[in-house]
Amino acid sequence: MAQALNAALRDSLRADPDVLVFGEDVGALGGVFRITDGLAAEFGEQRCFDSPLAEAGIVGTAVGMAMYGLRPVVEMQFDAFAYPAFEQITSHVAKLRNRTRGKIELPMVIRIPYGGGIGGVEHHSDSSEAYYTHTPGLTVVSPATPADGYSMLQEAITASDPVVFLEPKRRYWTKAEVELPAVTEPMRRAVVRRAGTDVTLLAYGPMVTTAMEAAEAARAEEGREVEVVDLRSLSPLDADTVCASVRKTGRAVVVHEAPVFGGYGAEVAATISQRCFHYLEAPVARVGGFDIPYPSPKLEEHHLPHTGRVLDAIADLQWEEDR
Amino acid sequence: MTATELNPQQLLPGGTPIRLVDESGTPVEGAGFGLPTSDVLLGLHRSMVIGRRFDRQATALTKQGRLAVYPSSSGQEACQVGAVHAVGSRDWLFPTYRDSVALVTHGVPPVEVLELLRGGRHCGYDPYRYRAGPQCTPLATNALHAVGLAHAARLRGDDAAALVFVGDGATSEGDAHEAFNFAAVWGAPVVFFVQNNQWAISVPLAKQSKAPTLAHKAVGYGMPGHHVDGNDAAAVYAVTARALSEARAGNGPSLVEGTTYRMDAHTNADDATRYRPGDEVRAWHERDPLDRLTALLRESGLLDETSTAAVDEEAEGLAADVRAQLGTDVHIDPDELFAHVYAEPTAGLREQANLLAEELASEQKEV
Repeated sequence: MAQALNAALRDSLRADPDVLVFGEDVGALGGVFRITDGLAAEFGEQRCFDSPLAEAGIVGTAVGMAMYGLRPVVEMQFDAFAYPAFEQITSHVAKLRNRTRGKIELPMVIRIPYGGGIGGVEHHSDSSEAYYTHTPGLTVVSPATPADGYSMLQEAITASDPVVFLEPKRRYWTKAEVELPAVTEPMRRAVVRRAGTDVTLLAYGPMVTTAMEAAEAARAEEGREVEVVDLRSLSPLDADTVCASVRKTGRAVVVHEAPVFGGYGAEVAATISQRCFHYLEAPVARVGGFDIPYPSPKLEEHHLPHTGRVLDAIADLQWEEDR
Repeated sequence: MTATELNPQQLLPGGTPIRLVDESGTPVEGAGFGLPTSDVLLGLHRSMVIGRRFDRQATALTKQGRLAVYPSSSGQEACQVGAVHAVGSRDWLFPTYRDSVALVTHGVPPVEVLELLRGGRHCGYDPYRYRAGPQCTPLATNALHAVGLAHAARLRGDDAAALVFVGDGATSEGDAHEAFNFAAVWGAPVVFFVQNNQWAISVPLAKQSKAPTLAHKAVGYGMPGHHVDGNDAAAVYAVTARALSEARAGNGPSLVEGTTYRMDAHTNADDATRYRPGDEVRAWHERDPLDRLTALLRESGLLDETSTAAVDEEAEGLAADVRAQLGTDVHIDPDELFAHVYAEPTAGLREQANLLAEELASEQKEV
């Protein structure tokens, strides 16, 4: 996926002279995850450059650049390191179109490698999506596959609204044959990754892989046909695709890494309960991280939702044989 | 020569604020700046008279409930008018909520300026038409926008600069630090104008900063800091004009501190007598920036009874116009709530807009 993201940035820089990439260590180093590898060399210091180490500064100056007609793509080095930029994101990035009644558009992308599973010490593994999805004016997306990484990042860069682009860092090394330029479904749509009839797993970003593994295991172990919906866009939520699947299967489990309490899964569960109530065979289940600060690397395997936990949640969905 | 090549000593402000006209209206020699031309001085005077009348009118309208809130800038006219007169036609202005007089001076129609404080819309003017960002409430956050915009202009090869206003309190914010640093590192064509009006709501400067002056902060970032008498419009104009022209010429950013005073409370909702002594306020009344410029112009024969009356009449006309336009209620279509959240409304927003429309329709039926 890392290479797909890199290719999307490269192709966007080639296609539009207004696109520029900046942030901490994105220049000569190519980013701590190498997502911007080679861009400074190919496009020069004016198009891809290192900024001083200050996240509010990065996002705040990107706002000014976007006001002037550029399309900045900025990198927050890690999820929890984006918090200093929170005021700029919530008070300005999200609101400037609204505050100026559409006069100011901010075509900018804030890339944030997020989530755990890479053995990062504290502050390197947060799932911060709910902070952003709770903010009207932001578009929040997260790719789960290399092809989506390419296609969705390109679309985010050409969008006229600001996009918080959450990159599942533990999936940077996921490999797939992708013919570039890849064009997948539009960025704001959810997609069915795996068809099934018995239960719907709703996941995004890093948890799509986990959900797919759980689906395979559920078939192998229980003979259940599990449908997996990759949400892709968290805000806006593609409720039509979600509800079409749940109405078909009658059971739903939302899976994410973030703590369950106040997490994004609550929004998905509420949407399903409201729109698909009469189709449901069981309450919508949520599988997520514990309601704890992100743990140390030696304990994170116990915190992160894994296949077994997803299977347990599926097993609890009031199946006929239990009644 | 860029700022980074300067000796740190050259970045430091002088021992006393730069002043071209003293409190009695007499020109001061040796400040390193000539007195602006007669035309500039008369322009500054006109804008200050209009600005003060506008400010008084806005305060009155607030008392009548026509504005939701108004942060007066009475006493700060020399800073706002002096600095804005130095802004070139391609430059951008980044104002705060207290800079309504600056925006009026900049050419934004007064009623559009007051739209935010009237409580109608968050920004009443088109930022691109006037090259002015929306009035910014979160402190110092607009400084970063100014740096980004100025840097973008430079990347595009445009010789535009940005002037951003911040207050003394805002210099304590992290975003001010980041903006100063980014601007200096990038050599962005931006001028940070700190209107040091001594009070951040109820907190005096002494509890805000231990720096010798706020202009001294600039040296730590590697840019020049200029300390100017913020009640001397001629000095503010001269210093800001040079700073902006240095920025446009590619010589990097600078910081200008104008020492001034907020004559009124923080806003109409504030009671300044709870925290600041009457003696202090009276002392600053003696240093009124408009009186000072008027004295200079009268003494030098540039202003007489007739021309004074003409400017006053113009200011009264503007105030009457503001009164008339703000005296009527304006209906804002509630559907505007959902406009401009995104380029295209989401399905969720369309549903909510329908819900509100139904609510309004049923209310109308009940009436």
